[in-house]
Amino acid sequence: MSIFTSFMAVGIICMIASLIYDLTKLTPGHITSLLVVIGAFLGIFGFYDILIDKFGFGLSLPITSFGNSLVNSAYEGFKEQGVFGLFSGMFITTSAGISGAIIFGFLMSLFCKPKD
Amino acid sequence: MDKEEYGKIVESKSKNPLILEDAFISFLVGGVLGGAYQVMTNWFIDMFDVSAKIACGWSCLVFIFIAAVLTGFAVFDSLISKFKFGLIIPITGFAHSIASALIDNRRDGMITGLGANMFKLAGSVILYGTVSAFLFAIIKVIIYG
Repeated sequence: MSIFTSFMAVGIICMIASLIYDLTKLTPGHITSLLVVIGAFLGIFGFYDILIDKFGFGLSLPITSFGNSLVNSAYEGFKEQGVFGLFSGMFITTSAGISGAIIFGFLMSLFCKPKD
Repeated sequence: MDKEEYGKIVESKSKNPLILEDAFISFLVGGVLGGAYQVMTNWFIDMFDVSAKIACGWSCLVFIFIAAVLTGFAVFDSLISKFKFGLIIPITGFAHSIASALIDNRRDGMITGLGANMFKLAGSVILYGTVSAFLFAIIKVIIYG
């Protein structure tokens, strides 16, 4: 069941992004940045985590969950280390994705030739 | 043909006539990725007995790895032109933007090419994500203490 709700939830987010792209003059860069900020906003009241509980883990896949994780881990950091934790905790959850993308991308850039 | 008429023609040509089709394809592809992510995360939880958070991280890494490999073999760009936002909005788009920036700038050298251009496309996501998250986390701290 949660497979179907994940399908719907992620699909709808991608569809909204596609509609924004076609109906306005924003570029994909604008849209992904916008979605990150929206995800971070939904993280303030823990609304995004409620959505993940309801619709399944699939919602951790779109870029909106990046913003949500940033807010939540900064807040967790604050609870543990005070104001310093806002800075040190920010990337705790998302660092796996960022370092993964950098490391895999670097390895691929060593093995693959750029296309002309 | 006066300027106004010309402007109208340009506008009608530059508008995408396949708005609904694009939206549907994005919906379908994004949905399939989301469903696959759900299956994979459940499998990680069952198989390795890890918490949901770690299982989500592993699934993200798998998707990032696949996206990086496909970008390396120059397949991902044609996939994106077909499936559009179904691939850009999930974490695969983030991984693709970093991997393609690394691969395409390699001929400019390891430091001035690779290193300097790594976050060329993903930089805006990280910048605005971090700045907005910092503000929102402060708001959260004020509200919840």
